[in-house]
Amino acid sequence: MEPVVSDIKKMIRKYRDRKGALIPLLQDIQSVYGYVPRGSVELISRELSVYPVEIYGILTFYSQFYLAPRGRHVIRVCQGTACHVMGGKEILDYLSDKLGIGEGETTEDGVFSLERVACLGCCGMAPVVVIGSDFYGNCTIRKVEELVDKLRSGKAG
Amino acid sequence: MKIKILICMGTSGLSAGAEKVERVLRDELERHGLTDRCEIVKTGDRGLFRDVLVDVISPARGRVTYEYIKPENVPLIVESHLLGGEPVEKLRAGEDYERFFSGQTRIVLANCGEIDPENIDDYMERGGYGALKRAFDMGPDRVIEEVRKSGLRGRGGAGFPTASKWEFCRNAGGEPKYVVCNADEGDPGAFMDRSILEGDPHSVIEGMIVAGYAAGADEGYVYCRAEYPLAIKRLKGAISQARAKGFLGRPVPGSGFSFDVSVKEGAGAFVCGEETALIASIEGHRGMPRARPPFPAQEGLWGKPTLINNVETLANISHIITKGAEWFSSTGTEGSRGTKVFALAGKVKNTGLVEVPMGTTIRGLIYGPGGGMADPDASFKGVQIGGPSGGCLPESLLDTPIDYESITRTGAIMGSGGMIVMDERTCMADMAKFFLDFTVTESCGKCVPCRVGLKRMLEVLERITEGRGREEHITFLRDMGAVVKSTALCGLGNTAPNPVLTTIKYFPEEYQAHVKDRVCPSLVCPELLEFEVIEENCVKCGKCFAACPAGAITWKKGEYAVIDKEKCVKCRACINACGFRAIK
Repeated sequence: MEPVVSDIKKMIRKYRDRKGALIPLLQDIQSVYGYVPRGSVELISRELSVYPVEIYGILTFYSQFYLAPRGRHVIRVCQGTACHVMGGKEILDYLSDKLGIGEGETTEDGVFSLERVACLGCCGMAPVVVIGSDFYGNCTIRKVEELVDKLRSGKAG
Repeated sequence: MKIKILICMGTSGLSAGAEKVERVLRDELERHGLTDRCEIVKTGDRGLFRDVLVDVISPARGRVTYEYIKPENVPLIVESHLLGGEPVEKLRAGEDYERFFSGQTRIVLANCGEIDPENIDDYMERGGYGALKRAFDMGPDRVIEEVRKSGLRGRGGAGFPTASKWEFCRNAGGEPKYVVCNADEGDPGAFMDRSILEGDPHSVIEGMIVAGYAAGADEGYVYCRAEYPLAIKRLKGAISQARAKGFLGRPVPGSGFSFDVSVKEGAGAFVCGEETALIASIEGHRGMPRARPPFPAQEGLWGKPTLINNVETLANISHIITKGAEWFSSTGTEGSRGTKVFALAGKVKNTGLVEVPMGTTIRGLIYGPGGGMADPDASFKGVQIGGPSGGCLPESLLDTPIDYESITRTGAIMGSGGMIVMDERTCMADMAKFFLDFTVTESCGKCVPCRVGLKRMLEVLERITEGRGREEHITFLRDMGAVVKSTALCGLGNTAPNPVLTTIKYFPEEYQAHVKDRVCPSLVCPELLEFEVIEENCVKCGKCFAACPAGAITWKKGEYAVIDKEKCVKCRACINACGFRAIK
């Protein structure tokens, strides 16, 4: 979805007089666009009288904020302790290799994003991979390979 | 009386397909005309990972628990059990289920998996919100006294006496005052707070109201990790139900006390579990800690006195107020009263949330509810307690009782209660590297010891695990670890060296093997592996061949597998697949 100035301004106004508004406001914007468009930083800066550096400071400090659109399929590989012990690192390395992107990056065709997550709290199913909002437990490299291939061919067909 | 059917629908249940099970169940009930005779209760997770757990409670047959339920099992349960009155024996939860729960004392988790967390009446039927009236009758001072007598200590990690925190806040000058529930459970491997919020959110809200009343606060925040969308949703729902019932948002008749709670979503930063960083984050800044004193109880949120308690701590409060300090303190040990919830995972048979009395030994937990090792042929190597702030303990310390002081003496910490069991295929140097990699990533960068010291330690660990280590590197890790521990600004840095220091202390031979012999005895560190088949051990089963994603293994039935090193991507899939240690 293309960012619309008037929509973003409306969201900013909602938070104008609230204390500690910056993070919830950025979360709101992200929930609409899937990322925080750079243009919105200038708007916020002007409307709320905060320096852009402060806004970028927040955006780059917290791992949940994105400054660019993410892929159609976001693959999150759990790197919690249980998943690590059960082979989660190998799965992340393998996917990174296969997709040709690092953690936090998106493939050029915009189909896949690869992310690590510290713990999803379903350690009994370790190692765990989440694609979109679907959980896949007891993963092996073979299993994720098939999943990714299936999603990719879905795009072709 | 209606037949009650409970389905575990917390994050774990849902990720195992509980939604589909519920849908099929509804369809089946309708198909057989049973809808009016049965009541489906969507509960939180009970704490044992058994895919989807389904309980049928009928007047005739009592309670029957089914485990590993898939949608295709549902018609059989409906036809045989609900229509025919005959429970389906082959789907019933077995011995392990019994063992897992019979070894526990459930106070905080008592409602999890038993009630509908989205229905306040369910909570109230079990005595919920009963602590409020009692607390208002007692008055703030006696409430604090009762909590002090109970001996409750903070369950978030450090174990500070809860009543003292409350009193500091009560006595601090400045208005208004705030209560913050710390639900920023960021430890990889700990998920008890999430389960409580998903399965019994009202217990936390009730605890917050009592805390607010005792501390003299009228506003509360729950700071919850953004990675827990279901917990946030249920919490928000619970808050609006509590408002509708008059427990929140308007003055309590006769007391002049009114309290309200709102939810603040975190944005993904482990350090925000530290209380001053958490406050900065609620205020809308980068979550960076500051030096204490002043403590949050004196100068916290917006510079006002602020009481910060963890989820599990607050979930204990209503029990202490309704059943009394004496009842509570009869469980546990001299210095650590009550129970503690642990998230048991890794290479143990039964994984999930276990609540045991303080003073239970680590062995009692792993071999009691945990059921021992997942692979009966594998030998126990160590257990990691307390996540990135904790440590790895060897078999010789398995009889350590679980209480704050005993665990701290080992070099680990109680932490929030993550407990990961490891067998001979876990490399301790790699574990240390794993945790340090985590803390380096999550370090906020404000103080030098944490920002630079941990980074140098990680680099050294990388050299060791890649076979470029030297003897003096181990000394360096010890020295630098001690410096970071004593000089970092906040708890993250103060405890981050623990995983490194404990693995060096308890598993020195593993470091020696990496440094001197350039081998990884656990076959984990890829740079130290040859990726060759050991023919004496190979049983020609072909499992490695099937697992290899790179097509680097050739194998035919009845022949030894051969690894082509040119094609090998060193992903270790073959080693994980091989059950015979036939690849080195």
